[in-house]
Amino acid sequence: MKSFSEIETTSKRATRAAGFSWGEAEEVGKSIRLLELYGLGGIKNLNEYYNSRSIKKYENIKLISENNNSDKFPFCPIILGINFLDQIKTLEKLNKIKFDKISYPLLILPFLSRASEIIGKKINLKFDQYEFLLNLNNNILSNLFNKEYPIISNITEVSILENEDNFTDKEWKNLYKLSEKIFVEETESLKQGAAGAGLTDND
Amino acid sequence: MEVKLRDPNIIMKLSRLGSFHQSKLSFLRSFLDEFHDWEYKRDLFDLNKKGHGTAVYSLKKKNRIYSLVCFANEINDEERSDRVIATKWDAAFTLHDGIPTKQDIDRLKNEVPKQEVGRLSYKELTLSRANKSVRVFNHVVESLSKGNQPDIELLKKVGYLYRTTAVYGSGKFGLADRFRIKNREEINGPFRLEMMLVYLVRQFTFDQVNHVAKSKNPKTFVSLDLKICKKLGIGNSTGLGMAPFIVNHPTLLNNWIISRETALKKIREIKNVNSDTVELFKKSVNNSIKNIINWNTESEYQQKKIASLLKNLRKFSKFIEKEFDFETNYPFNEIYFWLEKKTCDECIEYVVSIMMEPFDDIVKPLVSKMSSDEDQHFNIPAERTVEDLRYIIEKRYPDILKINFDKKENKKNFWFISKNKEEPRYADRFKENGSELEQPLAIARDVKKLHEQLLNSKNSSTIDKFLIKNSDLRHVVRRAFIIEKFPYAEIQDNTIGEKVVPIDMLRLKLSFFGALKFDPRSDKWLRICMFQGAPLPHELKNYDQQWVYNS
Repeated sequence: MKSFSEIETTSKRATRAAGFSWGEAEEVGKSIRLLELYGLGGIKNLNEYYNSRSIKKYENIKLISENNNSDKFPFCPIILGINFLDQIKTLEKLNKIKFDKISYPLLILPFLSRASEIIGKKINLKFDQYEFLLNLNNNILSNLFNKEYPIISNITEVSILENEDNFTDKEWKNLYKLSEKIFVEETESLKQGAAGAGLTDND
Repeated sequence: MEVKLRDPNIIMKLSRLGSFHQSKLSFLRSFLDEFHDWEYKRDLFDLNKKGHGTAVYSLKKKNRIYSLVCFANEINDEERSDRVIATKWDAAFTLHDGIPTKQDIDRLKNEVPKQEVGRLSYKELTLSRANKSVRVFNHVVESLSKGNQPDIELLKKVGYLYRTTAVYGSGKFGLADRFRIKNREEINGPFRLEMMLVYLVRQFTFDQVNHVAKSKNPKTFVSLDLKICKKLGIGNSTGLGMAPFIVNHPTLLNNWIISRETALKKIREIKNVNSDTVELFKKSVNNSIKNIINWNTESEYQQKKIASLLKNLRKFSKFIEKEFDFETNYPFNEIYFWLEKKTCDECIEYVVSIMMEPFDDIVKPLVSKMSSDEDQHFNIPAERTVEDLRYIIEKRYPDILKINFDKKENKKNFWFISKNKEEPRYADRFKENGSELEQPLAIARDVKKLHEQLLNSKNSSTIDKFLIKNSDLRHVVRRAFIIEKFPYAEIQDNTIGEKVVPIDMLRLKLSFFGALKFDPRSDKWLRICMFQGAPLPHELKNYDQQWVYNS
């Protein structure tokens, strides 16, 4: 078994060898480590993507906006991921961000995951029939687990989710009611003597 | 009175960092401190008459056990090499997490002697190999087998029976990643398990030499005197492999240096010291002089440094014995000023290390702050502005910005990774091939370039936009934002210039390990000694804290 340290170092070096800058290579090293840690096919996808670069062309996105259409070729997932991460404080203000074609879309997940941690909000990613929830860089939820990863996404939609409860008000109230059963009913004497602070603060 | 931390622009110069010495903060000393109450055991010792075979040593506390698994092999004299390109060693070691099963030992027997081309598992924590100092080892075997103790003078000169040539950890070759162990209570300082491996290897070398001598002549054999064992450590040959580490781990480097600087600051801020403190300090200074006298090297560069250190240290000893009044307010602050005025870098840093000896209350809390969760500081705050970044660079890299990188001598060398051993190397870019594959270790040059690009950019522009046009500078943008928060994170020198002495980078790291007797063999590699004078495993429960100076 390869250690995560080996995965990070080799991904970084391979990225540099594929023509990216050292700083970008450092980002990719961390990202592939993260994908492998979450049990997703980081090494497999990075390998396939770099192999494909010798025969296919990809487009580098620069400033990301609400709707991002590539001119001719699909977007490079590395440059897209890095720019998404760098621009997240601006992108946070947009509700939905759309990209038409991204090659090896799995590779953008760790960048979105880290972006989610930076803004403290969950991020949802959808393309084709697949869906991912990036959860403040604590985990990646997906309906793609153990399936073949797509090499291109057609319409990709990224939603930055507002911090909201995952449950209904009724569910919360019911649980809270149950939790109240551990509280002690306060008598007059407990009110007088059991708290630390004084009863009047007019001194 | 508040004393300021020393200026990183002075302390982080390579010549200063290359004058650092071991101290109470050093990792081998904090390792002994942490593990002094663990139960030591030799679990297996299955060597043939020549000393080849398998041995297992362990340290145990409650449910936690660490086991050193040793494989001693037969090699021919012509196969013995300390260089990283070697493929065979007298002995190979791994530190196993827990008690190794028979299957584990069989697996390790096949992999550990292969070192870099073997595969370890998450159950192994560190990996190393070592070669005998054949001259010393054979002399000790010969003497003991005849019933005599060896020649102390010869042993003193070398200082060890074996020297290691690499100690690997943190996920290399399949070893456990650091995150698997970093939350363990006992792993509260850097390189703890690397130090454990070296310490247990030291004991193996004593057991092996006794075993071989006894096998040679059981009737006349005597064991190596424990007092002599104590005077022996473990040698280490270190090449350039270690140098990039301190560039590649900026927050870790900061935490090592700032701990040392904080200790010094707090000691200088003490208004009055008692007589016990004064005596301990003076005793350590005076006892340490013999370490300097016994510090042997053929390197002219180091000989000059040692001569200057010895001369200055004797002057300092006379000063504190005869002239200085320790009842003066803030005595260590006064001493520090005297050192700055009257001595050399090597002596200043030597005495700074000794100043820590009486102050466990200051030093011990700092030990646990010397690790770093580097990932916490990896993200670039890309919403910040060009003006912010330019300000950071001008404030934190003042001397580096003065370097003219158009001059050949300032960009003479480049760092690269060799294909055959995947190890860092250093070469002349104008004479050798491969500079197009340069590693990102020319920080000074790249920071200067970044500054020039920032001067050509709009102040209010944000870093995300700057990086779109300047992705080649991304690695130094990250570093600049790190150094904003971690002032000692960066070497304030040009690491590719003509005048660079790469062993200064090794010396810095090795001083934090706790190494003694730096012996440069060229400007690119050196030998050192670790644990010389350290307590033996059976003495760990109650040992002299100043063993470095008193042994």
